[in-house]
Amino acid sequence: MLQFILKRLMLAAIVALTVSFISFSLMFLSGDPAAALAGETASGEDIEAIRTLYGFDRPMLVQYWEWLGSALTGDLGQSYYFKLPVASLIADRLGVTMTLGLCGITFALLTAVPLGVAAAIRPNSFIDRLSLFMSVAGQAMPSFWFGLILIVVFSIKFGMLPPSGASTWKHFIMPTIVLGYYAMPAIMRLTRAGMLDVLSSDYIRTARAKGASEVRVLFKHGLRNAIIPVVSLAAVQMGFMLGGSIVVESIFALHGAGFLAWESIGRNDLPTVQALILVFAMFYIVFTFLADVLNAWLDPRMRSS
Amino acid sequence: MTEPLLNVRNLKLDIPVASGTLHAVRGIDFDLKRGETLCIVGESGSGKSLTSLALMGLLGKRIVRKADQMTFDGTELTTMSAKELRKLRGGRMSMIFQEPMTSLNPAYTIGDQLMEALLLHKPVGREAARARAIELLEKVGITAAESRLGQYPHQLSGGLRQRVMIAMALMCGPELIIADEPTTALDVTIQAQILRLLVDLIREMNMAMILITHDLGVVARVADKVAVMYAGELVETGPAADIFAKPCHPYTRGLLRCIPLPGKTERGSELGTIPGIVPSLVGEVSGCVFRTRCDYAADACRNAIPRHTEGAHTFRCIHPDGMRHAEEVPA
Repeated sequence: MLQFILKRLMLAAIVALTVSFISFSLMFLSGDPAAALAGETASGEDIEAIRTLYGFDRPMLVQYWEWLGSALTGDLGQSYYFKLPVASLIADRLGVTMTLGLCGITFALLTAVPLGVAAAIRPNSFIDRLSLFMSVAGQAMPSFWFGLILIVVFSIKFGMLPPSGASTWKHFIMPTIVLGYYAMPAIMRLTRAGMLDVLSSDYIRTARAKGASEVRVLFKHGLRNAIIPVVSLAAVQMGFMLGGSIVVESIFALHGAGFLAWESIGRNDLPTVQALILVFAMFYIVFTFLADVLNAWLDPRMRSS
Repeated sequence: MTEPLLNVRNLKLDIPVASGTLHAVRGIDFDLKRGETLCIVGESGSGKSLTSLALMGLLGKRIVRKADQMTFDGTELTTMSAKELRKLRGGRMSMIFQEPMTSLNPAYTIGDQLMEALLLHKPVGREAARARAIELLEKVGITAAESRLGQYPHQLSGGLRQRVMIAMALMCGPELIIADEPTTALDVTIQAQILRLLVDLIREMNMAMILITHDLGVVARVADKVAVMYAGELVETGPAADIFAKPCHPYTRGLLRCIPLPGKTERGSELGTIPGIVPSLVGEVSGCVFRTRCDYAADACRNAIPRHTEGAHTFRCIHPDGMRHAEEVPA
């Protein structure tokens, strides 16, 4: 198991390095950074001056090395727009995004897994059809529209929940539902399919033949095996929720990291965009790593491979 | 005579299918005393496995089970509550399946799965369960039993897994073991070993066994009683010695012709086959089910078929001796 974890860690480090290089190159792929910094009215000399000032004239690998070195010590550069260190800018905004992401995935898992299991126990029953309807609706409904509907109903009509902001836990209820509902269908369908497959397997029959109770058969012997692919999916969804909550953050005016990314792209604030891409990618890597470890714990066959 | 351990009368299993009802098992009777081995033989699809699952109460929800009587040690199984049945399953009667590769849960260690079988039924501690697991692993011929407890199924070969399955079935010291083709999925070299092991253990522990197989060679070695199943009916039942010495039903004789006997079957001579396939069992089934493949079929085979009984030996055929005289080689 320890060997497995070390192997995965090394793999994660390699992926992280690759991602950091790609996100660094973005600065150059998106045009001349010196020209972007200098603004539209700048003369050629101004641009050259800025180029030397920021060191854009040096070889790209040298710049990358320097950038990586400072990134590792927590220095992600200065925001062009805010004139503040990017690291502290992101740190300020990340709390909201993390809270939202964690709430979203928890909501998705807590609704999708039980529904998926229930649907698998009684295929084609009312609950199965209901869950299918919910997942189709969830997949078809754009989150900005669903978010607005929630605001209309719960904030405007009933006045139960605040429509925007992030100051209390109440502010997070609707964003959590919108974000979580988006991730729910895939988790639910995968749980259902996995559970159906597992429940028709021979070892489930063995468990019944041993005299195990139905609850034990379903959860100890069944769900443990059916949940393995769901773990990997949830990790990817979680990464997506942190980086991709831009729409939800804008609807509910939650000024998180997603919102910051959206703003910074509009302002051509490259160091901030670059750093955000790096941070979101690191989250993906961390969650994938955690999912791998969890899966290896759940499924002994993965440990040896 | 003592009360039989297992007594089954008129067991019927129906499966609803798109085109009607599939009468998979149609009114079979058999019984089994403590310590006896009953072999149920027949082709694939004859209803052998379904019958064993019906005894264990492990049929799918779709299959309808009906029986005039189905008692285990005097208790009726058909009217038993789910909870009482669970106590019986794995405790007093246990089952060994055909597929050792997939019958163990991949997520748990051998030790966990063995111990679970005991802990579900007996109020013993984990230490005692562990000791019992080691004892049984040694009994089924697994070396380094203690270190095996921490291994996962995927680390074991098919033969080893089936040994583990046998050990698991024995954990509670059951009175009845149902083994559904326990060696079919294994290498030929392992088959004999596993079977010998199973039979030795059954004798040693004085358990009753229902062995489902289509290998008549195996039957000849281990059976006290034989039940020949064809298309959901028991066409011939009786003590093993009688069945092999005087096989009456044409189907039984057909099966026996399919196995070569060293010394008896001439080198180069053709092995017997039974032409044709098992008839469809959807809808009403009447008369003799074997008539479409039988050499001696007559018009009367479409009607009700009489049962001929001689002691414990029973068969169903319109011919008083199943036309056995026609095949006997004059001495």
